[in-house]
Amino acid sequence: MIRLRVLLIALAMSVALPGLAVGPGEILPDPVLEQRARDISAGLRCLVCQNQSIDDSDADLARDLRVLVRERLVAGDTDEQVRQYLVDRYGEYVLLNPRLNAHTILLWVAAPLLLLVGLGAVVIAARRRNSADGADLDDDEAAVLAELQDGNGRAD
Amino acid sequence: MSIELGHFALILAFAVATVSTIGGYMFWRRGQRVALVLSQGAVLQFVLVAAAFAALIQAFIASDFSLALAVNNSHSLKPLIYKISGVWGNHEGSMVLWILILVAFGAMVATFGRRLPSDLMTLVLATQSLLVAAFGGFTLFTSNPFARMVPPPLEGNDLNPVLQDVGLAIHPPLLYAGYVGFSICFSFAIAALISGRIDQAWARWVRPWTMLSWTFLTLGIAMGSYWAYYELGWGGWWFWDPVENASFMPWLAGTALLHSALVMEKRNALKIWTIFLSIITFSLSLLGTFLVRSGILTSVHTFASDPTRGLVILALLALVIGGAFFLFALRASSLRQGGLFAPVSREGALIVNNLFLATAVGAVLVGTLYPLLLDALVGTTISVGAPFFNLTFGALMAPLLVVLPFGPFLAWKRADVMAAAQRLMGAAALAVFLTILISALGGVSISLAPLGLLLGFWVAFGAIAELVDRSKLGRVPLGESWRRLAGLPRSAFSTAIAHFGMGVTVLGIVATSAWETELVTTLNPGETAELSGYSIAFDSFSQTAAQNYVADEGHFTITGPDGKTRPMIAERRTYVATGTPTTEAAIETYGFSQLYLQLGEPLDDTHVLRVWFKPYITLIWLGALLMAGAGFLSLTDRRMRIGVPKRVAHAAAEPAE
Repeated sequence: MIRLRVLLIALAMSVALPGLAVGPGEILPDPVLEQRARDISAGLRCLVCQNQSIDDSDADLARDLRVLVRERLVAGDTDEQVRQYLVDRYGEYVLLNPRLNAHTILLWVAAPLLLLVGLGAVVIAARRRNSADGADLDDDEAAVLAELQDGNGRAD
Repeated sequence: MSIELGHFALILAFAVATVSTIGGYMFWRRGQRVALVLSQGAVLQFVLVAAAFAALIQAFIASDFSLALAVNNSHSLKPLIYKISGVWGNHEGSMVLWILILVAFGAMVATFGRRLPSDLMTLVLATQSLLVAAFGGFTLFTSNPFARMVPPPLEGNDLNPVLQDVGLAIHPPLLYAGYVGFSICFSFAIAALISGRIDQAWARWVRPWTMLSWTFLTLGIAMGSYWAYYELGWGGWWFWDPVENASFMPWLAGTALLHSALVMEKRNALKIWTIFLSIITFSLSLLGTFLVRSGILTSVHTFASDPTRGLVILALLALVIGGAFFLFALRASSLRQGGLFAPVSREGALIVNNLFLATAVGAVLVGTLYPLLLDALVGTTISVGAPFFNLTFGALMAPLLVVLPFGPFLAWKRADVMAAAQRLMGAAALAVFLTILISALGGVSISLAPLGLLLGFWVAFGAIAELVDRSKLGRVPLGESWRRLAGLPRSAFSTAIAHFGMGVTVLGIVATSAWETELVTTLNPGETAELSGYSIAFDSFSQTAAQNYVADEGHFTITGPDGKTRPMIAERRTYVATGTPTTEAAIETYGFSQLYLQLGEPLDDTHVLRVWFKPYITLIWLGALLMAGAGFLSLTDRRMRIGVPKRVAHAAAEPAE
């Protein structure tokens, strides 16, 4: 609980005095636990910085959050419990990788959706190109067709 | 006096641009004489803006603190190079640089484009002038760089110390040359839509400009990445910061445009899409330059912004981008598609390229803007950071990298994918072998590392395989192979080198992500630390003073695995004028890898030291340099030369490459 008070003081000051990214005193003796702490830290936002993870940041608040993450891990929390602990206190904003929920569903489906739409557009365009055979060719297309028909071997 | 002259020159350039715009759009059908007037107008705009820019530089060099801009961003003790680069290390000055490059490209079209059809020339220059008038007006009316300060102070407030670096002298000009260069593609697209002149000749015209801009943008982004790497002090080289994304999106779109313009030039297909991409690419450049300045996005790159400026910027963006898309919507349906081809063909491969690159642009755009929109619409604040982008972008790039080596092996119109696969067997086998070897030697620290390596090697070797195949190396006598290789067009080399560079960059990213090692410790002078076979001896600690800062210096001697020693000096600086501290990391290159040393704050009686060993990290930027080099090489190809397109009339009869 002392730690929490330090945290609150740090928050109250919330001044990014040049401090240290991961300092020698913070590192856990257990390398497995330390690695987990690093991985979790890389996904947590330093709340007083510009788009930095607490793992990279020099700010005091980031240091306190790093220590907090390690304390929770030593206390036996799982990675997910540590993240939840921080989200409970700072909100979803603290996660650099937003979790899937009603608010972020569009974000997460955007890329696959765009890819599908693009793919659909390509297929439709190809169909349309193929269906435009013979009947209503204009001069240009007829020329292209003729070129295609006698020009198979010239492609390389 | 010279400041007023500079101010006046910028006003005059704005006036010339306005007249060129109106005259050009009204009289573009009137032929050669109008085109000539607009050409001269374009050159005149360049001369005027250059004079305005020179006036600013002169004031900064002379430390003329009656100029408000110099007061806010300069200091008489600054070294000369930072006085000069300080001109564009701020909002107002960087606007003038932006416009300077805009008019420089306009003047280049006017000078080198004498053989352009006069209507196209007039419309291109009118559109370019419209951009000059819009952004020149914005600069003059909302962000005047020539404002005086009365009474002038004795000393300036200095430039942000992080910006006092050769990086600032090189990074923004390169980046802007890339961004703004795409304005030419935009102007050509608008000209094509208005005149209806959308054919292979058009693509032939646009491609060199696209290539030139893309090359500059590649260099600019790589340079910015390396600058962040050595300056920010913890060795990160890409942060998915909104501003980085803003420069990356035009790069992705520009890459797609290069490839689709190729299809349009060779096969007269993908016309609507290529025009669309030309507009999108420059729109994204505008978004990148101005979203940051509007104050909507906050980032380390943000210049001080005020709300009125933000509104004007958004209105300008809406006008330029919206106007272009309105025109596109009106005219695109009247375009006829030519160039038939089978799904498996060079065209098909380039469509796959465009599909994935365009989706990547969309994904990065959504990721960048989503938190803003969510906050504005729902009021929930979330972060979308590096882990999200790495996942989404990586998932989109992986399939693209898998199919990339096939592209150059496929024939136009209709191709045999099995034959291409056969010719890539050697490259694939080599990639698999090396991946297994390296994974066995280096250990698998993250599960995706072998996959990344495999992709990197596959792309790199696949690119070389094309040259090997075309030179028939191993199948004909060596001399014959050499003769064939020497006879290949430069475009074949530039394709291979660019794709090879892509593979090299991927390898650098994978290697450094998977096998980086780090040491955080306290060390006193006289003590030694060890990391990845390197021994780091802390020799001494001293304090020094330079022209405009004082520094704590740690002197180290590194003994590498080869037993040789090298000195390294890491600094912590405090700039006199503002009292701002910065860390200057020490970086030593071993082969393609780097040792990165950062001196932390003094802690009680000792010093905190952070050391990273970054294996093969320089490959990331070397790959980018290869891509940019390939761009320049391609520009020297006879068929890319800017004066050539007049001959395009009979190019259609030439066999496709």
